[in-house]
Amino acid sequence: MQKLFTLKYLNNKFVAYLIAAAFLIIAMLFGISIGTVSVPVIDIIKIIGAEIFRIAPNENIDPMYSNIVLNIRLPRVILAGLVGASLAIAGAAFQGLLRNPLADPYTLGVSSGASVGAVLTLFFSISIPVAGMFTLPLFSILFAFITIFLVLFFARQIDRSMKVETIILTGIIFSSFLGSLISLMIALTGEELRQIIGWLLGSVSMRGWAYIKIIFPFFIIGSLLLLINSRELNAMSFGEERAQHIGVNVQKRKMTILIAGSILTGAAVAVSGTIGFVGLVIPHLTRLLWGPDHRHLLPLSILAGGGFLILADLVARTIISPTELPIGVITALIGAPVFGLILMNRRKERRG
Amino acid sequence: MLSVQQLTGGYSVDSVLKNVSFELEQGELFGILGPNGSGKTTLLKMLSGILPFSEGTILLKGIPIKEYTAKELAKVVAVLPQHTSQSFSYTVKETVSLGRYAHQKGWFQTWSADDERIVRQVMEQTGVAHFEDHPIHELSGGERQRVFLAQALAQEPEILLLDEPTNHLDLSFQKELLDLLKEWTKVKGLTVISIFHDLNLAGLYCDRLLLLENGEININHTPNEVLREERIRKVYRTKIQKQPHPKVPAPQMVLLPEELSEEKGSFTIDESLLEVSKEYIALKCPIPLRTMSSGVVGSGTGWHQFFVNRHVDKDYDCSDHRREMVNYLKSYHFEPGETVGMMTAVYPEDVSHQLYQADDFSAFIVVTAGVGNAIDAARSEEHTFNKTPGTINTWVFVNGELTEEAFIQSIMTATEAKVKAMHDLEVMDAVTGTVATGTSTDSILIAATQKGQRQDYAGTITPLGKLIGKGVYECTMMAIQKSRKRKKK
Repeated sequence: MQKLFTLKYLNNKFVAYLIAAAFLIIAMLFGISIGTVSVPVIDIIKIIGAEIFRIAPNENIDPMYSNIVLNIRLPRVILAGLVGASLAIAGAAFQGLLRNPLADPYTLGVSSGASVGAVLTLFFSISIPVAGMFTLPLFSILFAFITIFLVLFFARQIDRSMKVETIILTGIIFSSFLGSLISLMIALTGEELRQIIGWLLGSVSMRGWAYIKIIFPFFIIGSLLLLINSRELNAMSFGEERAQHIGVNVQKRKMTILIAGSILTGAAVAVSGTIGFVGLVIPHLTRLLWGPDHRHLLPLSILAGGGFLILADLVARTIISPTELPIGVITALIGAPVFGLILMNRRKERRG
Repeated sequence: MLSVQQLTGGYSVDSVLKNVSFELEQGELFGILGPNGSGKTTLLKMLSGILPFSEGTILLKGIPIKEYTAKELAKVVAVLPQHTSQSFSYTVKETVSLGRYAHQKGWFQTWSADDERIVRQVMEQTGVAHFEDHPIHELSGGERQRVFLAQALAQEPEILLLDEPTNHLDLSFQKELLDLLKEWTKVKGLTVISIFHDLNLAGLYCDRLLLLENGEININHTPNEVLREERIRKVYRTKIQKQPHPKVPAPQMVLLPEELSEEKGSFTIDESLLEVSKEYIALKCPIPLRTMSSGVVGSGTGWHQFFVNRHVDKDYDCSDHRREMVNYLKSYHFEPGETVGMMTAVYPEDVSHQLYQADDFSAFIVVTAGVGNAIDAARSEEHTFNKTPGTINTWVFVNGELTEEAFIQSIMTATEAKVKAMHDLEVMDAVTGTVATGTSTDSILIAATQKGQRQDYAGTITPLGKLIGKGVYECTMMAIQKSRKRKKK
């Protein structure tokens, strides 16, 4: 009986991972296949098999397909996947930590901080000689870091025990302040305006493999840090005092989680601009489907978040083709109503 | 086990706790009491390592609590908080399993067979095992409280801290939880420290109580010492009265509600309330009276509104006279729960009653007396058990407030007066040939309105004693004479 139950439980989780992984792979195939030039799925598999895994020699494949897949669509899809995964796992972690399904990298002001870094770089045309084209992402990550530490510093000044409410409030104040700063810079810009606005709304187009190299190490570091803290996240979603009662070193773990979250958010904003609501919608859906246990919620959010952003990008570039919509428009169109729904459900639960 | 020395500190500059020191042995059930804002929760938070303190030390198994890491502390001390927030719907088992956090090692903290066994065991003990797959937010308050108790117990703690554990629980769960805790302290040597709002529960279950007042220790002693009327009144600033528990040697406190100013116009219990029929003598009082009596129904101490002295036939014999009496009362529309009922073979019209007036209080005495069964109490061992009818039923209604002592002394005084009446009328014990002191089935009732002048004592030379002595003597004399006359006829 006991064994049967454990088996069923494992199977349930196994099925969950299978579904999420299948969703990601299908999204990737769609993302690579669909576009102004349609590439058959068989060819995609052949090209990837030949060029990346060096399995079979690349014989009877159209070199144009090969070029489109390898140089345009595959990096775009991978970048979208990495950005979506980063934002989703960061959102899931922040929600667990703040015990608030409405929390998201943006609530803490981390995204705004990263944006300010990027806009500053564009505004002043800063270029660090060694970093070259990586100046923009590096500044974004740096500003995300600075912002989260400022938010935490101010929160600590307000309330020594750093209550989650204080952190959220401080984050919102910072978001608002930094948003105004960006608006000010946009107003002062001349011809750079279009570039900045386009970047602000978020996009993963024309970034190439270089950007994947930028985000990938941060994605790995941030995700690992969060994954090894998944039990602590479970404990902290019962409240910080409760977590401490259970034996969690709350101050240290909270700091680790916040730092990991800002690494993921900062890197994602740097390569793709501000794409909202991914960190809100994906963890929420994942939790609805497979439960709130962070040991599974975090990895499942990675898979689902990646797949989701790939599909959102696909819609963004095909829906009014040949014009491309900013990807942030699509995620916001989906995310804002979901945000409203969660809010209403929460109010209902509290009343009931 | 636990030693707290000169603990001082609080949330801000002002210290909530000042100079708190106490020691705790293993296996104690230790209660923390105090009015709101006295520092109970602050103390508990310091003991659980949540709140830092500015001065003093907390030694846990001889080691300062500040030297424990969060994990080490969680293996020794577990907490059952008053409120728990759950933002996400974990299942019961997931929630309980979190209690094993401190015992798991390594980065990915593998779940061992030991962990599974303990989680299962505590879920059984707290009775949550059968809904282990339910999400916790679907549970009732009491069930949820038990889930978090299971979570705390899964930590395998040596000390369990509880903040008003019975707050959201209904009566049966309160008892269940505290019985369980008491058992664990005895059987497993678990040390329990708990905040209580309910003084009676604390007095009932705790080995020792700590009473906090404005962040300082008022007293740290056994429940009987801590729960003193005067002390509790002073610390809690409220009217309260202590009384013994009927079964357990534990003090119990009752609140005294403020008396409303608009009382039902002052009234006196006198013959106008008395109803004498062929069947019974009844006194119907507009308000319940505090009573101490030895009736068939409503005996002991209590509050009663109706008083019935029922006439039964000389040959009355019933195996369950109590139930028969209850049915009798019901048939005459006296609510048995609010009635003191007695029986007598004496005819109701032979009752003798009189209102005795003092300066600011009065006593109304009602006596029925039959002396066919008169017995000298000093030589009652010479009697065999036989049931010849003949009973002296004495009712004493006092228009005033009586203390417990006064109630008991009233009984003594009334009895002495009755004996004197028997003596003066030379009622003889048929068996011994000496003067009788009463009959074998005499009953007495002392009832007081508990309003007006307070009477602390009712010994024979106190104002109340004088009234009762005189009244009972005169009425008993009269009643005996009446029944003697009837016999002669």
